[in-house]
Amino acid sequence: MGAIEKFQEVLATRHQYAQDWKKKHNGKAIGWLCTYSPVEIMYAAGMLPVRILGSHEVQDVTDRYLFPTVCPFSRDALAQGLKGRYNYLDGLTMARTCSHVQGTYDNWKNYIPIPFKYYVWQPNHMQSPRAKPLMVQEYKGFIVALEKFTGKKITDQDLGKAIELYNTNRKLMKQVYEFRKKEEPPITGAECMEMVVASQLMDVAEHNKLLEQLLKELPTRKLNRNVGVRLMMVGSEMDDIVFVKMMETLNCTVVIDEHCTGSRYFWDEVKPGKDHVAAIAARYVDRWQCPAVAAEFKPRTDRILKHAKDWSIQGVLVYQQKFCDPHEFDIPSLLKMFKDNNIATLVLEFDVTIPFGQFRTRIEAFLEILELELV
Amino acid sequence: MTTVTKYKTAPLKCWQKGKELRLEAYRDLATGHEQGKLMVLGCAATPYGMLAGLGDFVFLAGEPYGASVAADPPVSIPAMELYEAKGYARDMCGYMRNFLGTMFQDKYYFTGGPFPKFDFAWSVRHCPAGHPKWHQIVSEYQGIPMNYIDDETMLGTDGDQQARIDYVAGQYLDSIEWMEKITKRKYDDEKGIEAMRNYFINEGLWGEINLLNGAIPAPLDIKSMFALMPISMLRRHEKVAIEFLTELRDELKERIADKIAAVPNERYRMCMLTPPPWSFLKVFRYLENYGVVFAGTYVYLINSGEVKFLYDEGKVVPATPPEKRPGWKTMKNREDLCRTVARWRAEHPFQSHLETRKKEYVIMFKHWKANAYLLLINRGCVPMTTSMYDFQRDLNRQGIPTSMFEGNFADCRDIDETGVLDRLETFLEGQGIQKIQSL
Repeated sequence: MGAIEKFQEVLATRHQYAQDWKKKHNGKAIGWLCTYSPVEIMYAAGMLPVRILGSHEVQDVTDRYLFPTVCPFSRDALAQGLKGRYNYLDGLTMARTCSHVQGTYDNWKNYIPIPFKYYVWQPNHMQSPRAKPLMVQEYKGFIVALEKFTGKKITDQDLGKAIELYNTNRKLMKQVYEFRKKEEPPITGAECMEMVVASQLMDVAEHNKLLEQLLKELPTRKLNRNVGVRLMMVGSEMDDIVFVKMMETLNCTVVIDEHCTGSRYFWDEVKPGKDHVAAIAARYVDRWQCPAVAAEFKPRTDRILKHAKDWSIQGVLVYQQKFCDPHEFDIPSLLKMFKDNNIATLVLEFDVTIPFGQFRTRIEAFLEILELELV
Repeated sequence: MTTVTKYKTAPLKCWQKGKELRLEAYRDLATGHEQGKLMVLGCAATPYGMLAGLGDFVFLAGEPYGASVAADPPVSIPAMELYEAKGYARDMCGYMRNFLGTMFQDKYYFTGGPFPKFDFAWSVRHCPAGHPKWHQIVSEYQGIPMNYIDDETMLGTDGDQQARIDYVAGQYLDSIEWMEKITKRKYDDEKGIEAMRNYFINEGLWGEINLLNGAIPAPLDIKSMFALMPISMLRRHEKVAIEFLTELRDELKERIADKIAAVPNERYRMCMLTPPPWSFLKVFRYLENYGVVFAGTYVYLINSGEVKFLYDEGKVVPATPPEKRPGWKTMKNREDLCRTVARWRAEHPFQSHLETRKKEYVIMFKHWKANAYLLLINRGCVPMTTSMYDFQRDLNRQGIPTSMFEGNFADCRDIDETGVLDRLETFLEGQGIQKIQSL
């Protein structure tokens, strides 16, 4: 089985994967709700960190808990918990970021039985020199709570190993992303998304092995398809792989992304230091910022533009989870930046489920315009 | 036949004075620069008294400004349409949309003249969904520096609470240095401390005024409360506000002693958790036809006001200024000031965590001697609405009736007035309350 097929299998059987992992390792699994959750620490505690994601199915179970203008991702994630799909989790955590996902956490905590719950009170003034020292303190509290829950001491060695594994994971995924710069990328955008989403669900050591396998496969991998228009995807949470697959049937390829199931999640590594907790804290303070905690537009738009240029894109799909305020704030600045750089954009708003046909038509029209410009 | 008690009523003696003080604050916002004052933008929860260390200033709190615009649909609609034409989403904070719309129009609502140009933006980040981002847009548009304090410490959640207070105090200290640098003014610690002392006293007074509405009949109706609130909200750092709020408090005490009602046919008491629909304040007058009086809204008890909750006793009492509380230090320098403000903010009910807040809602319900809660789902305010269903469930479990409606409270286009009235009338009829004229 190729590495990509293995990622696909894990995605399709994600809950079974986690339960099998627990049996195999006699370990515990901990769900996390936002990419600011320090997975290194959870892994160092001997737990399997599992990102809680939605299922993109119509649901009405959250209507008594979250009002309808909470972002669809947060509602869909809570729905999975309410339906009992994550009953195997031993713990739940989130790092303080946005109000929407906070609603998911609070309701999960109150209404879905789970043995361990921990809210990492993450400082959100990332530009302040006070943020890192506090992040260290908050992580220390998290470590103590995890140790108490698991009965396992988290040693310096455990943290060092976790940092090394996650840094390797990030390096390897960046190497895969390098292949997308090619004129004929040997991996599609949907496949890349599968790889990243799988990294949020799998044991990082196992994911690393698959990445090494993938990096061996990619140089000779041939995709019998037209690359078409080279697209970038920019936005909020996005794990609607079915949508990306549909899009890539329309004579385009997503060659780069900036979202939290893509590059924004993994791009920045932990800079190793003597104090592992401080090093992890520094990584999360300095990482590629989500608009929810960014106090300036420019650092994000600059990074996006650099990626857009480095991956030679021809158009951008800017999307947002409906009602996602932080991204809604950023979109006008983003669109202006792309316009100033003569890069065409299409904006789509995502819900738990999407109007597939309408989106298809809009993307087709967008691509037709781009193709005309490219002739 | 139902008998409706008729209380005597009288206008507030200090009403005119309150009106003048409010207008003075709005005028100052238009002429701050002409008067040589610093013009600063922030959100209403910001401890802006600290700015006094830089000299005279005018602080424009975005929310009350946005609410004022929202209450005036002919002004609000074109402002929001311009905001939307700039590419910003319609589902974001309504206050912000009205504020930014008039900024893009370059029209200051209170004068019709040009929109104020700020010297800088300085605010607490009390709204994780957007207030710093709101100021980010103003900062880019006007080309002004911006800084903020991440102060939502939420004591009672997991982790080291003291470290969070240190973090917040540190940010205040850093921001004073930042303000000195950008304004090229020396910060006078004494002046900052003095203004914050006023600020604390005013918060306590406004909290106490809200608590006095627990009397039957209520001495103050909610519309008047909203009209007087800007004095506390915009002038908390001034002695003139202390004088006025003391006068108002004393007058309310007299009204209580004399049983002077705000609503003479009061017979059903309600309270709220959140701000009202600003373009639809007439709903409160309409409900007076049913003898419904709104004793208060929790949000304005703790935003621009402060009270002390005695959780074990299930009671609420007026708050004393921090320096007079056991174990608190007298402020002598800016370090003391920053630490006091950080700790005060952390322990303020404004920052209460979800579970604590649920207790506070019940305490206030009992204190206000209310019959029901009116819960509002504000489509434009995520932080205040995310847990509303949870709150409703909790209140209902404790036998507290609730009525809920949804809309955007700062966007008149997004509230179904007829639907709201239908819903409220049905709720009241279910509670056995009919329109008084029909009895």
